[in-house]
This record gives sequence, structure tokens and C-alpha cells, in this order.
Amino acid sequence: MLRRLLAIAMLIAQVGVSASHGQLLQRAGQAARDATNPYEEQAAQAAAEKAGAKLFEYNCSACHGRHAEGIGKAPPLVSPRVKTAQPGALKWVLRNGSLTTGMPSFSKLPEAQRWQIITFVKSLNSR
Amino acid sequence: MTGNVLLILLATAAGLHGTEDPYFVTYSHQMEEPGSLEIAFSTVVGRPDGGHRFLNTLTELEYGWTGWWTSELYLHGQTTVRDSTVFTGYRWENRFRLLSGEHWINPVLYLEFENINGADRTLKEVVGFDGQSDLLEPNSEARREKNREIEAKLILGSNFKGWNISENFVAEKNIRHEPFEFGYAVAVSRPLALAARPDRCVLCPENFIAGLELYGALGTHERFGLVGGTSHYIAPTIAWQLPGGPAFQVSPGFGITHSSIPFLLRLGVSYEVAQFGRGVAKMFHRP
Repeated sequence: MLRRLLAIAMLIAQVGVSASHGQLLQRAGQAARDATNPYEEQAAQAAAEKAGAKLFEYNCSACHGRHAEGIGKAPPLVSPRVKTAQPGALKWVLRNGSLTTGMPSFSKLPEAQRWQIITFVKSLNSR
Repeated sequence: MTGNVLLILLATAAGLHGTEDPYFVTYSHQMEEPGSLEIAFSTVVGRPDGGHRFLNTLTELEYGWTGWWTSELYLHGQTTVRDSTVFTGYRWENRFRLLSGEHWINPVLYLEFENINGADRTLKEVVGFDGQSDLLEPNSEARREKNREIEAKLILGSNFKGWNISENFVAEKNIRHEPFEFGYAVAVSRPLALAARPDRCVLCPENFIAGLELYGALGTHERFGLVGGTSHYIAPTIAWQLPGGPAFQVSPGFGITHSSIPFLLRLGVSYEVAQFGRGVAKMFHRP
């Protein structure tokens, strides 16, 4: 009986975590989604991508993988979900994190560096 | 077993990065990343008026259990010139993030148990009427005094346009006797550059964070506030984050009341083993 209850609890938790990965982007409010990436201009994009790649390696690759392929509970960042996500929603996730999924808040990084990471992640999805 | 732990450290070495927090006394609302282990060493050097120079060392292990819970274990030691070197005790602390997401003000609850003796010179927090006169006893006598204390802090932190602003309110109680003692710490810091440079660089300004800490005591529940006899310090601080490596911190501190130690120099080095927990889990994984 106890084993069954434990199995059910684990299943619910697993489904909850999987669902919350998808829902995390949805939780960004309209104002956050509408924020525009200052590095989207062609002139600034290449440098921001390079800087973002460096920041990704230091801050993100340990959990999401060196090539953003995802490891364990940390989802891949090269995916249709990330490709279609608004940059503002991605920035909201980076700033707020999620206590339930274990995604840390990167509010300690200045906003410019968060945008540089997003520029790099978006570039991975457009290759 | 030691070999296995070394293997895990080596295997995760690519994920090494240090903390960006430049503070020695003040806690920000930043939690350790889940599954990551931070190892840090810090020292404080000072000389109370009429006493000998001392060097206190702290070894710190910090682990992120979840996104909302971080634990730390500290081991304390102290050396006094023309006296001796003593192990002065340990402290175990836990921090709990109270709200999900990032807000204007982010509260964190801090709970700590410490078992140290009177020879400890850590000065990680200044409470009650702690002062330089407490540090004049020789180690052989001071270590006989046992302090088993419970401490709570309310940590408030904000990040705004690259600035971090943190405030701590401290309440401490010796388990056996003495009144409730109170203290505070406030700090502000900012990276020298907000955007990262595209090239890999060791000395580029985004790798440096400069800050200022102000901390001190607020007396006891019988005499509370900025009353005479309390110690207060002001300390500029700077942290240097080596890309993909450890972080170094330096902070000269200046006592601003008669009971404060006139000058303190704090030095620290820390590095983070990212996803240490995953490495340990792999070690015990049965195929």
C-alpha cells in the first residue's frame, strides 16, 4: 500500500515538474513578454552572441549542457518551445527562476548580460 | 572515498565558477544553485587596542539542496601572535527563500546554530555589546568559555539596474544564559561593467564587483538601538571573478566607534563545483 502511494506521489511530482517546465514561459506577464532585446539590431548582434556564449558557458552549461542539449531535469534549450518563445518571456524566466523546477534566478546578472545570454540561445535555435 | 570525491571534483571541474557576491558579513538573497557545492576560505586579520594581532580563518561548505533551501557548514580557527593557534568551533546555518520569483524586496529567513568558544575572532556578525575589549584575553583562558548560540536573520535583498542592495537584521541568543542580542548589516554592490565583453578576458571590468558594507550591533533587548558601547564598522569590498574559476575577495574594514577594532582586513577565496550532487549520485548509481 505504502509503495503504491509512493509511486503515485512520484508520478504526480514528475508530471508536475514536466508540466511546469512548459508553463514557466507562460507565466511571464504581457509586459515582460513585450520587452525587446536591445541586441536584436544586426550591428550589435554578433558581439552579443559571442558574449552570450561565454556567459552561457559560465552560468548555464553545467545544468543545460555545453550545447544546450539538456541534462536530467534541466530541459534542452534548443527546442521548438524556446525557438518560438518571445525574448521577453525568456528574460523573465532568467530573472525569476522557479523554485519548483529548480531553475535558479539569475537576477544577480545585470540585465544587459541576461539579454546577451538570450541572444546566444536564440542564435542556437536559428541555426 | 577521498579518491572518489577528488574524481567528482575533477569531473565537474569544467563547471567550476565562483560566487559573484563580494560581501563578507552581509548576506544577499542569492541562494546556492540546487546541487552545487561552494567551497570557500576566508580570513580576518585585526589587532584590538592593547592586544596582539590575530588571524581568524573560516572554512565554508555551502550546498544548495533546492531552489529555496541552502545549507552551510563553517569550521573556525584562530591564531594570535605571541599566543597560540586554536580550533574555535563550528556553525551550521540554513537559509530559506520565502517567496518564489524576483521582487522589489526578496526576503530570506536564516537560522543558525553555532558552537564556538570565547577565542573565536570571526566577527561574521557583531551583536549586543561585542567589542574589542572581549578580544584581549589569552587563548588559553578565552577558549574555556563555551558559546552555544541560536541565531536568526531576516535577509532582505534587491537587484536593480545592476546594483545589489542587501539588508540583514540579526537576533542571537546564547542557549544557556544572556539576553537576546541584536545586530545589523547593510551592503550595496555593483559590477564595474554591466555588459560582458565578447572576448574571454581575465581583467575585464565585468569580472569585478565593488561594494560597501556597513555592519554593527544594536545592543540587547534591555538596551536596544544605536546605544553607547556598541561596535560598528564600514568596509569597502571588491570581488574578482576569474572566468570559469575561483573568485577572490578583499575588504578592509574600519571601526567607527571606540569599542570597535580600529582596522580589519578580510581576504577570501571561493569556488563553486557546479552540479556536485549529480556527480555524487552518479558515483552511487547502480547499473
